[in-house]
Amino acid sequence: MNAPELAPQQLRNTKAWEYAVRFFFGGAIALGTGLIGKQWGPFVAGLFLAFPAILPASITLVKQHDGRRQALEDARGARLGSIGLAAFAATVVVAAGGLSPWIVLAAAAAMWALVDVGLWFLRYSAEETV
Amino acid sequence: MVSAFAAIGELFKPKTFSGLFGAAPSVAIASLGLAFHKHGADYVRTQAKAMLLGSVAMLLYCTLCVAIAKRKQVPIWLGAGLSWIAWFAAAFALFALVRSGGVA
Repeated sequence: MNAPELAPQQLRNTKAWEYAVRFFFGGAIALGTGLIGKQWGPFVAGLFLAFPAILPASITLVKQHDGRRQALEDARGARLGSIGLAAFAATVVVAAGGLSPWIVLAAAAAMWALVDVGLWFLRYSAEETV
Repeated sequence: MVSAFAAIGELFKPKTFSGLFGAAPSVAIASLGLAFHKHGADYVRTQAKAMLLGSVAMLLYCTLCVAIAKRKQVPIWLGAGLSWIAWFAAAFALFALVRSGGVA
């Protein structure tokens, strides 16, 4: 059975500007969400909390560093991760109002991690690592 | 937050696992934290309901990226960028559907 492994040496391959690109897109969408909320209300703004702001940059950078096959694997992981994103949102829907904000967000983040890791093991642990 | 999730993702291999962090709720944690403070729990719950629809659009977006990555003749940056159009179409179609049902 395959399991995820720590590979901190991969961090050395990433340049500061590559984090800056993700920071820029993430920051732009966070700012945009606030502005959209003011103009069109919280429901429209909420859609953008699941906007794939950094994915084009991430997949493109993986392709440049590690090749197209690895970019495909990265996209497959993100596809699975979008289910975890829905689990995060569902947890906030259920828990918001009854608990402290930070407990709600921590519980939602824990649910995201649990669903993502659980689905990854179900889907990919038996697959040969590329 | 976004850069932190990106860095954590790069700590892991294989890429199917580090890719999970590409769809991490990094923007959502920051934005909902601020929304709790400024607008309260009802506002946050409304945003999270919409985020559920956005997640469906995200699933479609990622599925398109997988399909694009399999086709060598399409530059990944171009395909992933153009797939944003599919995200917008899916998210706002779902929004219209929900609004017509009186939820939003």
